[in-house]
Amino acid sequence: MDLSLSTETVGDRTIVRVGGEIDVYTAPKLREQLVELVNDGSFHLVVDMEGVDFLDSTGLGVLVGGLKRVRAHEGSLRLVCNQERILKIFRITGLTKVFPIHTSVEEAVAATD
Amino acid sequence: MATVELRFSALPEHVRTARLVAAAVARRAGVDEAVLDEVRLAVGEACTRAVGLHQHGGISAPVRVLLIEEEKQFSIEVGDEAPHAPVRARPAGEVLGDADAESEEDEMGLAVISGLVDDVEVSAGESGGSIRMRWPTTPPAALFT
Repeated sequence: MDLSLSTETVGDRTIVRVGGEIDVYTAPKLREQLVELVNDGSFHLVVDMEGVDFLDSTGLGVLVGGLKRVRAHEGSLRLVCNQERILKIFRITGLTKVFPIHTSVEEAVAATD
Repeated sequence: MATVELRFSALPEHVRTARLVAAAVARRAGVDEAVLDEVRLAVGEACTRAVGLHQHGGISAPVRVLLIEEEKQFSIEVGDEAPHAPVRARPAGEVLGDADAESEEDEMGLAVISGLVDDVEVSAGESGGSIRMRWPTTPPAALFT
């Protein structure tokens, strides 16, 4: 399965809906999308991971890279994820301490630091 | 001899194939259904790392994956031919800071593997390295009781 990406703007937040598998082959596509959004001035991103079937460390690297980019513009990168098998990967790498993880897009959009 | 041996060109698009094959052979060998996600992820991480090492080192040799069904256990060995210094597996749960994150993907891969798999050996030498992982299996007879 390939990676699917779509974006939507809600106020000053940009929602990036990701579907499929994020691995060493598909992660560059997600990286390009995040870089493009930041270059276009979207600094508050919500990455919706609910449609993700598989995530590996390459995908984590891309998300961390995205976080660095938005932080350089005092932005934010929030994740939406309820899938235990995906959350587990964030936990074992300690990244639950790095990313705000929300249970719904609505919650992530409403969140402030 | 390995139950199934897989060799693939060191290209990112083949890592998914390795994951699917490993999960299928693990299932057949009697690895618990609940653990198959971990097998899939761990073998993917090991193959991703090997592909990266071959690509960065300009090595044209394929990445080798051995899937070995043994009594009461299932082993996967992912071998690369990149000469490298011994590596350090990062302890599970150690926070990866945001410093130079993208170049830390290799270590993040090892962190995921060591966090997922209890029985893992990472070795590296001048002629290449390997990651060997083992999981317990349920004896086939017990599957029907």
